[in-house]
Amino acid sequence: MLAKRIIPCLDVKDGRVVKGVNFVGLRDAGDPVELAKFYSQEGADEIVFLDITATSDNRDTIADVVRRTCREVFVPVTVGGGIRTVDDFREILRAGADKISINSSAVKNPDLVNAAAEKYGSQCVVVAIDARANAEMPSGFEVYVAGGRTPTGKDAVAWAKEVYERGAGEILLTSMDKDGTKSGFDLKLTKAVVEVVGIPVIASGGCGSLEHFSEVFEKTGCDAALAASLFHYRELTVGEVKEHLKEKGIPVRK
Amino acid sequence: MSYIAIVDYGAGNLMSVHNTLDYLGYENKIAASADVIENAAGVILPGVGAFPDAMAALEHSGLTEAVLKAAKEKPFLGICLGMQMLFEESDEVRPCRGLGLLPGRIERIETSLKLPQIGWNALDILRPNAMTEGLENGSYVYFVHSFMAHPADENDLAAVTDYGARVPAMVARGNLFGCQFHPEKSGEVGLAMLRNFAKLTEVGK
Repeated sequence: MLAKRIIPCLDVKDGRVVKGVNFVGLRDAGDPVELAKFYSQEGADEIVFLDITATSDNRDTIADVVRRTCREVFVPVTVGGGIRTVDDFREILRAGADKISINSSAVKNPDLVNAAAEKYGSQCVVVAIDARANAEMPSGFEVYVAGGRTPTGKDAVAWAKEVYERGAGEILLTSMDKDGTKSGFDLKLTKAVVEVVGIPVIASGGCGSLEHFSEVFEKTGCDAALAASLFHYRELTVGEVKEHLKEKGIPVRK
Repeated sequence: MSYIAIVDYGAGNLMSVHNTLDYLGYENKIAASADVIENAAGVILPGVGAFPDAMAALEHSGLTEAVLKAAKEKPFLGICLGMQMLFEESDEVRPCRGLGLLPGRIERIETSLKLPQIGWNALDILRPNAMTEGLENGSYVYFVHSFMAHPADENDLAAVTDYGARVPAMVARGNLFGCQFHPEKSGEVGLAMLRNFAKLTEVGK
């Protein structure tokens, strides 16, 4: 049986990890390679780098981060942020990434999903969806872009279904309402998306306790859960989360 | 100096395999010519993508002959599509002949679960071999695939995984090994298996 995945996400800006990471014992806690290695040793099933560098000519920097990471980290690596074209995909995949996550660029140009899936295979095309509750949408959730700042008028669940049909291999679903609240994942949103797509869904945003992890797996059928600050500030460790899931009878990789 | 050759016919996971062997401290070469394969102590055939494309690319690279020869005489490992290519024929896209080193066919996984299978799944080791040495049964490894092997000879089947179907995860016959999963992306377990394989290339040195 496929294990449920626990994925730490690292925000990277100009080649350095941002969001005050609070680590003891690392030579350089701002080095994405060191952190990826640390999490991998702790049992992370995958590492996500989110490049939040504002300028697009910084792709070389994130490619270099990926290249250095893949020499020492032997679990799948996903890269998101600023990837706009099929050529951008190639550059990051060649650097060693296993999957590429696209968000605003997919909303702006949905054909990018088809083109990338056709060229590199669905397995490496992750579509990230940032959603916020909006009662006027059929599903009750609207897609936001530009780091969650700009509403698009698109229904989040319908958009998830569309990118699935266009060939996306996975959906990284973030609840903007829950993000940072530590009140638990958005179960309603996650379940609604899981029910309309035939690909894995990664739940993100809102986790604050061990129970939130078991709850999202038990109640929504999602395949993976992603967290950032929770792990960075050592409020919980990847190991503790897995131990908890195991006790709950949820399959995880030892 | 003895080395492991990684067959270069344009497969995507080539560099990951190279990185892993470097990390483990084993000399390795990206092999784009037959002599690099012929002089190697062991050979790895990586693979990502669709079966007919990969067979055509291998043929186009002019390395098929050297690969077939190497698979008969030295430690040889096919990874993911590289494992599927060891078999006689595949159904992916259209019927297409493989390398024919192991009897059997490649067919789409028949399961009610989502395809491709992407993620970590547990190995059920049926026939322990040199590569599984020291491994705990039930160890998790990383899979990405929609097609699977149907070995005609059950004795070639070294390990399976449960994905709503009994999915062959590893095959082994003598010096020939195949992993459906990606050992180069399977954390400590994958590293241990690749180390086991690399050790075979040191025998008699």
